[in-house]
Amino acid sequence: MGSGHGTELNLTLKVWRQKNTKASGSFETHQLTGISTDMSFLEMFDVLNEKLISEGKEAIAFDHDCREGICGMCSMYINGRPHGPKQGVTTCQLHMRSFKNGDTIVVEPWRSAAFPVIKDLAVDRGAFDRIIASGGYISVNTGNAKDANNILIPKPDADDAFAAAACIGCGACVAACKNGSAMLFVSAKVSQLALLPQGQVERKERVLKMVAAMDEEGFGNCTNTGACEAECPKGISLENIARMNRELTAASFK
Amino acid sequence: MSKLDSKIPEGAIDQKWSKYRSTVHLVNPANKRSLEVLVVGSGLAGASAASSLAEMGYKVKVFCFQDSPRRAHSIAAQGGINAAKNYQNDGDSTYRLFYDTIKGGDYRAREANVHRLAEVSSNIIDQCVAQGVPLAREYGGLLSNRSFGGTQVQRTFYAAGQTGQQLLLGAYSALQRQVGMGAVELCARHEMLDVVTIDGITRGIIARNLITGEMEKHFGHAVLLCTGGYGNVFYLSTNAMGSNVTAAWKAHKKGAFFGNPCYTQIHPTCIPVSGDHQSKLTLMSESLRNDGRIWVPKKKDDNRKPTDIPEEERDYYLERRYPAFGNLVPRDVASRGAKERCDAGYGVGNSKMAVYLDFAFNTARYGRTEATKRNIQNPSHEEIMRLGKEVVKEKYGNLFDMYQQITGENPYEVPMRIYPAVHYTMGGLWVDYNLMTTVKGLYALGEANFSDHGANRLGASALMQGLADGYFVIPYTLGVYLSEEVSRMSAEKDKADSIDKLKTKHPAFDAALKEQTDLINKFLNIKGTKSVESFHKRLGLIMWNKCGMARNKQGLTEAIAEIQALRKEFWSDVRVLGSADEFNPDLEKAGRVADFIELGELMCKDALHREESCGGHFREEHQTEDGEAKRDDVNFAYVAAWEYKGVSEWELNKEELKYENIKIAQRSYK
Repeated sequence: MGSGHGTELNLTLKVWRQKNTKASGSFETHQLTGISTDMSFLEMFDVLNEKLISEGKEAIAFDHDCREGICGMCSMYINGRPHGPKQGVTTCQLHMRSFKNGDTIVVEPWRSAAFPVIKDLAVDRGAFDRIIASGGYISVNTGNAKDANNILIPKPDADDAFAAAACIGCGACVAACKNGSAMLFVSAKVSQLALLPQGQVERKERVLKMVAAMDEEGFGNCTNTGACEAECPKGISLENIARMNRELTAASFK
Repeated sequence: MSKLDSKIPEGAIDQKWSKYRSTVHLVNPANKRSLEVLVVGSGLAGASAASSLAEMGYKVKVFCFQDSPRRAHSIAAQGGINAAKNYQNDGDSTYRLFYDTIKGGDYRAREANVHRLAEVSSNIIDQCVAQGVPLAREYGGLLSNRSFGGTQVQRTFYAAGQTGQQLLLGAYSALQRQVGMGAVELCARHEMLDVVTIDGITRGIIARNLITGEMEKHFGHAVLLCTGGYGNVFYLSTNAMGSNVTAAWKAHKKGAFFGNPCYTQIHPTCIPVSGDHQSKLTLMSESLRNDGRIWVPKKKDDNRKPTDIPEEERDYYLERRYPAFGNLVPRDVASRGAKERCDAGYGVGNSKMAVYLDFAFNTARYGRTEATKRNIQNPSHEEIMRLGKEVVKEKYGNLFDMYQQITGENPYEVPMRIYPAVHYTMGGLWVDYNLMTTVKGLYALGEANFSDHGANRLGASALMQGLADGYFVIPYTLGVYLSEEVSRMSAEKDKADSIDKLKTKHPAFDAALKEQTDLINKFLNIKGTKSVESFHKRLGLIMWNKCGMARNKQGLTEAIAEIQALRKEFWSDVRVLGSADEFNPDLEKAGRVADFIELGELMCKDALHREESCGGHFREEHQTEDGEAKRDDVNFAYVAAWEYKGVSEWELNKEELKYENIKIAQRSYK
């Protein structure tokens, strides 16, 4: 069916199992045969889980939802890279044609002090929501808006704001960073709103609050090595971090 | 007397809403602070309602099963959002959006609701832009528009192929602002398992903390279900894996009537199934039909590569059959067209269950325009295509990338292969003009209700409806009921055992909690042999084959029997491992599949009773000579609102649809 030229793979999977946040975890090894190269990585996990259930073993817990690369829920650390070996895709969009017959694949949860493991491969990313709650918005109550075309926005600014707003909040940037820094995530939101005329009123206050919230959540400092940008499935640019640093400096000197 | 009172205000259609919202009862600011509203679901409808109500001063709690409210499936909407702004000066107006929506819905939607939707559509765009939602702009800094199916104006606002994401992040930021201010309590990774009613009135919910497994009681003066649609009853759909009917279904079993459950939208342009491992289907936005032309070979079983088939041997069947709307006919019409061609043996790809969506023609057109703009004289074909591809990339880049990721084929070079897939459900909980269900104090917003799209939703109208309900309807209509609650509270303020004093200590909460805890233990104790997933797949197959794009009496009758048998088997042989007091996705899914099975039966029952074809509901027995849907306005111009009476038992209630402003007519896109 479909493209139909899928071949089949035999694989060894080493998957992190951890009962809950407090328990200590370990790797579990599974052999899989006959995995179609047309499958997505998560469909391969579905096959594995069905196999486990049929053997009376508990399925592996992992986060996933939209399976089209936009909700940001999936979060596997595959062979040492968040979202696996392909650039610019989330785990759910990674397909088995990116692997070879006989491969061993190591799958871990996001590793970061600010993202505690809930179970197996699922982590708690509530810290991101709290950072947004600290200032990642424009304060406009429903009903207060004027006609949308009264705000003229130059196309390049709108495009840049959109590029920053494309962040899906998956946390790959944090998982990729040696310091577990959330700079790329935070700077994307700061940039989006700083680039737009609507965001000017709260511009200074916003960056100060969001950076303070980020520090409070226990994220590390920026390493300046750009692993976050390299691993971001949505191509969020490092320029956002530079912009946030400028914003922060400007806001700090009143 | 009918049990259904739609509460449509009197007066002329264009006066109803403005007059109503200016005269309904209000709740004063001091009283709002003591009124608690529970919002279940955090998509466009839920997030916009929760933030707006919190801004007004209500105490709000938000529940979502995902780890963050930003992940609700509204995030995946690609193409755009309609609004009657008439920025393009092409003849758009509130009336035209109203008319297009009623006609697109095949004359099965409620006029008053749809007109209100069209009226507030403009405010939505204003609100979103004010929040910093980066909608697409022209070089002069003004907002840009594109076309969508079922209309002849350009009224669709968009943000590349990620409009839903940007709108949801806007609503999410407004929600998080209220969370930060302490006005909203956020309960992520929580799943609503039941509505708690006392004397038939909604008083709260039972929810399960999905991380700890703890069962929780939550009190609320009103409960808003913003829990999306139920397309996953088909197993394969474009919905997110977690999208489910549980909240709506539990509400249904507590007395909320279910409206038009059989109205399902099958989206014409999705990536075809690639094998048995398939876990979900991916949409390719309707916006692609602006520039993509749909065709199949004129010859049956033509196995040549698409690029080797000459122009004169291609059948652009939508353009041929519907010259006025061409590739931009509404979704139901386009989907049936694809099915008809494939069933007739003209399908393409290995499975022969696909048609081509081809961008070559318009890529060349864009390329020639670019060449002219750049003063390139006599450009070669390669040069034209290169320039054209740049334009196409700018418009649809992320969609093309997504297609390539999934299929391994490059859509810039070869046409996409597409086939219809389940995408949206027009049916849902029946609501009155205030968005209240048949259970007092229980509301349904967005896709979870049945109200605005009739038998077929037009593209870019789901985002519009979700945000209309949340930002601009419920803030007004909720007060109608809550002002009554204020009076009741005041009358009962000296009563020692009043609902407001007892709150979750009321025995009704304990009873509901016990019932849901028992249900969870029941799943775990069946200890059968078959996985939850396997039951879901089997249900999906029954639904797709017999209650899908085309339905008939025999198939539906068989489906009902098969689903009843599947339900029995599920409850005796499902295997759910792990325990109740931990993070257990398989257990969560067991509850959802159990509810889908029951819903599936009702959908078939509804489809069987509706002896006509309309919109997404196509009964093979009722079609015109050239295969178009044939409505029966004499006997079926009503909303079917089903009342739950026990296992496999429902009573049909009818809300007659009156068309006072639009002349009901046979829909034509020719």
